[in-house]
Amino acid sequence: MVEEKHVLTMLVDNKPGVLSRVVSLFSGRGFNIDSLCVAETIDPLISRITIVTRASALGMEQIEKQLNKLINVIKLRTVYGPKSVQREMALIYVMAKNGQRSEILRIVDIFRGKIIDVGQEHFIIEVTGNEEKISAIINLLKPMGIKKLAKTGTVALFR
Amino acid sequence: MPHKKSRRLTPRSLKRAISGWKLNNITADSEEFMKENNEDQMLTGAQILMKILKDEGVDTIFGYPGGAVIDIYDELSRTDIRHILVRHEQGAVHAADGYARAKGKTGVCLVTSGPGATNTVTGIASAYMDSIPVVILTGQVPMHLIGNDAFQEVDIVGITRPCTKHNYLVKTAEELAGVLKEAFYLARSGRPGPVLVDIPKNITKTKVPFRMPEAVNLKSYKPTYNPNQKQLQKIVGLIAESERPVIFAGGGVVLSKGSNELTELARKAMIPVTTSLMGLGAFPASDPLWLGMIGMHGTYQANMSVGDCDLLLAIGVRFDDRVTGRTDSFAPNAKIVHIDIDPTSIRKTISVSVPVVGDCRLTLDQLNQMLDQKEFGSILQRRDKWLNRIREWKKSNPLSYQQGDIIKPQYVIDTLFKLTKGQAIITTEVGQNQMWAAQYYHFDRPGHFITSGGLGCMGFGLPAAIGAQVACPDKLVVDIAGDGSIQMNIQEMATAVQYSLPVKIVILNNRYLGMVRQWQELFYGKRYSSTAMEHAPDFVKLAEAYGALGLRATKPEEVIPVLSEGLASDKTVIMDFIVEREESVYPMVPAEAPITEMLLV
Repeated sequence: MVEEKHVLTMLVDNKPGVLSRVVSLFSGRGFNIDSLCVAETIDPLISRITIVTRASALGMEQIEKQLNKLINVIKLRTVYGPKSVQREMALIYVMAKNGQRSEILRIVDIFRGKIIDVGQEHFIIEVTGNEEKISAIINLLKPMGIKKLAKTGTVALFR
Repeated sequence: MPHKKSRRLTPRSLKRAISGWKLNNITADSEEFMKENNEDQMLTGAQILMKILKDEGVDTIFGYPGGAVIDIYDELSRTDIRHILVRHEQGAVHAADGYARAKGKTGVCLVTSGPGATNTVTGIASAYMDSIPVVILTGQVPMHLIGNDAFQEVDIVGITRPCTKHNYLVKTAEELAGVLKEAFYLARSGRPGPVLVDIPKNITKTKVPFRMPEAVNLKSYKPTYNPNQKQLQKIVGLIAESERPVIFAGGGVVLSKGSNELTELARKAMIPVTTSLMGLGAFPASDPLWLGMIGMHGTYQANMSVGDCDLLLAIGVRFDDRVTGRTDSFAPNAKIVHIDIDPTSIRKTISVSVPVVGDCRLTLDQLNQMLDQKEFGSILQRRDKWLNRIREWKKSNPLSYQQGDIIKPQYVIDTLFKLTKGQAIITTEVGQNQMWAAQYYHFDRPGHFITSGGLGCMGFGLPAAIGAQVACPDKLVVDIAGDGSIQMNIQEMATAVQYSLPVKIVILNNRYLGMVRQWQELFYGKRYSSTAMEHAPDFVKLAEAYGALGLRATKPEEVIPVLSEGLASDKTVIMDFIVEREESVYPMVPAEAPITEMLLV
């Protein structure tokens, strides 16, 4: 079976244990979570969970049905296509020796990122974008030496 | 309506107020008056629990006390709810499970925190796999001690998350009533299942204003009961043009109480019927359309029919691996219709042509009405060829055994069936005893075969029999057990004797862990690794030690007398049958083989 990346977004009750329920559904059935993002929505009783996972079409059907079965899951959609916007953010701690500093600054500028920390030998860069953009800047910075990397999960909304 | 805090409305002050007003014809029924004036009663958590249990129609609970639930037990003693004290918490859950299946109501059990709660996990997992409505109330340490590794504290909500339909930790006494109402609603609605409610001790003692909650309405949980009409039209069309149809029914038909509708449909369209282990009794076994059970130890004609059919109507089943064998060769020539209330069961392992999400009974009822409108021509003529082929299969490889000098376990079940005229409620343990019970006891009605199907939990039978006997005090309840399984919850003998529950235990004693031994014989060169169980108690003496009646049969001619005496007794009875040691269950579909390729006797 061909496995593809899928982005799921769901509204759930904002109660303790709900995230645990959703996550253990994935682990209990052998589905991997590539990334996870959860926070309150404008309604304090409801949270939004966005999960990126990898599965076949049949696998996705099962995951969606199982998630819908959970009592605390209010609404669930898969996110794809031009009617959706997806973003993630990365904090990149990159080594910056003398010859490379300006090159790094140029790259950051091109990707419309921000330098949020400066040191003798490093920068911390904050950059936001869709998955391709984040991968691209990371790849460009890899040769300089990325010491630490922190990414948020993907968040997404329908237009 | 705002209340003045300085003057609380009590019955006494009320009477004074009324007499002060000097009004006539006022009823001084204080509770009624209080309700009308939105005055809530002040009740402790334990009292609120009792109120909700009564409101839900609970008249029996199974349990075992402990420190965390001592306040609940105190309140319980003031109600008329019957409490059955078990001897192990696992027994409490299995008993509530057996009660639920026999009575068709939600079972309830009450245990304490820590080890009391963890002892219920196996029982909960079994109820979860078989979709049985049970509410498990567990005590918990006081709120301020949670997370501190307190005495008898476990995170039972975390532990049972994967094996309950839903679970709750009650945080405040104010939310207790609402949570309990929700728990009962979830347990019995949609696809039923076990729901656990963890109640910290301080909440059982805290007094809060109580008002009976409104009817439960969850926006995130709306099971689909009514099936899609277009899909039903498709099914009617498929039935009309099918030459070799088969109905495959399961536990879902039993849970939705759709046995009559199923029988009507099968007879109307002359479609032969098979069921899974959980579905036995959904269709009368005495009917000529009955094929027998399907699956790993199903009958020859059931497995062959499904292998050859062109239309499979699957109702209330989940296509478990014990049923399908190799999935890619399951019903290869058939269009499969799958009716189930749970969408996750549909297209999980087997792809289907017509999926229908809906309640089994409602769907079958609507199908029957649609079929009444349809012209079929001569159904009997068209089915004749198919039914003849099935008769040939049945004749070629019937279920059989050879009764010689040593008692055959199948003979015991056969004799039990004849002596009870097929009217008893049968619970089973797990393994060979379970399979022979399913093969040789023929059920005409649902709710009479109670077994741990999905989990396959040894030790289920005796406590489940206790639960069933409590649910149906006028019926004969028999637990068919193996010598291994019966020892797993043997302590419940004390429960049975304490409450004078005349359950009958039939032990098919082959001094082996039978089913595993059978696999070791067939696939592991007879290397009986750790399956020999010659060292066991004398079951007759054990029965007597518990205050029950113990009987033994060692020769075939003793079987009828022992069964007759045991079944006629009004006491709890253990009947120990010394049976053939190396008898195996046939037919057998080896793991990963198609169900049409069975090992026969």
